[in-house]
Amino acid sequence: MAERPLSPHLSVYRMHRYTLLTSMLNRITGLALSAGLILLVYWLMAAAAGPGPYAQAESVLALWIFKAVFLVLLAVFSYHLCAGVRHLVWDSGRGLERAQSRVSAYVVLGASAVLFAGLACWWLFSRVLA
Amino acid sequence: MSLRTPLGSALGRGAAKAGVHHWWVQRLTAIALVPLGIWFVVSLLSLPSLGYSAVSAWMSQGWTAVLLILFVLTVAWHSQLGVRVVVEDYVHGAGPKTALLVLVTYLHVIAAAAGVFAVLRVALGGAP
Repeated sequence: MAERPLSPHLSVYRMHRYTLLTSMLNRITGLALSAGLILLVYWLMAAAAGPGPYAQAESVLALWIFKAVFLVLLAVFSYHLCAGVRHLVWDSGRGLERAQSRVSAYVVLGASAVLFAGLACWWLFSRVLA
Repeated sequence: MSLRTPLGSALGRGAAKAGVHHWWVQRLTAIALVPLGIWFVVSLLSLPSLGYSAVSAWMSQGWTAVLLILFVLTVAWHSQLGVRVVVEDYVHGAGPKTALLVLVTYLHVIAAAAGVFAVLRVALGGAP
């Protein structure tokens, strides 16, 4: 079979740093959230198994490593949400001009940082430090 | 000379009209996940505690259970579509790619089934 270019054919694009960054982050955060689905199902199944198994799962999830995981999940949730809304706006045919997409890239980065800061503070003060 | 009409030779060879399906479902689930995702994160953060009694009481409320089930199903579906594209893009070779796609699909179906079962079990009072 002929050697044809395979996706992702990165070399054909001239990528400005913000387009590359926002696109890559959206994929990486999506994958991280997929891993979070495993954690969600583990937590739900623990609740379904009753108070004893749930307490066991709770003590596992209370480990510092999972606190770090939650913090990362809050961060990737914030980013993927904002970047996803940007994609939905694009799907409506708006904001596709280069200048607009450059602005929206920074809006997404800023908005997700603010959202993450808010959620992280909420979580920190209501759970970790409470 | 072929006896087939031009129409006959073209039928069935064109677009199956399914090309946009992945894109469309990806967007449908994305739109649904904006409110569902915010609802889930805010709910978890505003629960008085994440202990068993608080969590099971929360999950037993009618709309919580319904929204949680919708959330789990929509996340699993959206995640399956996303991970599928990543595998299609970065895993080369028909064998490994197909095997991984099958595995990814099964894992997401298992996650969805387990999540729905767990919510129903708690919500309907079947948990031990």
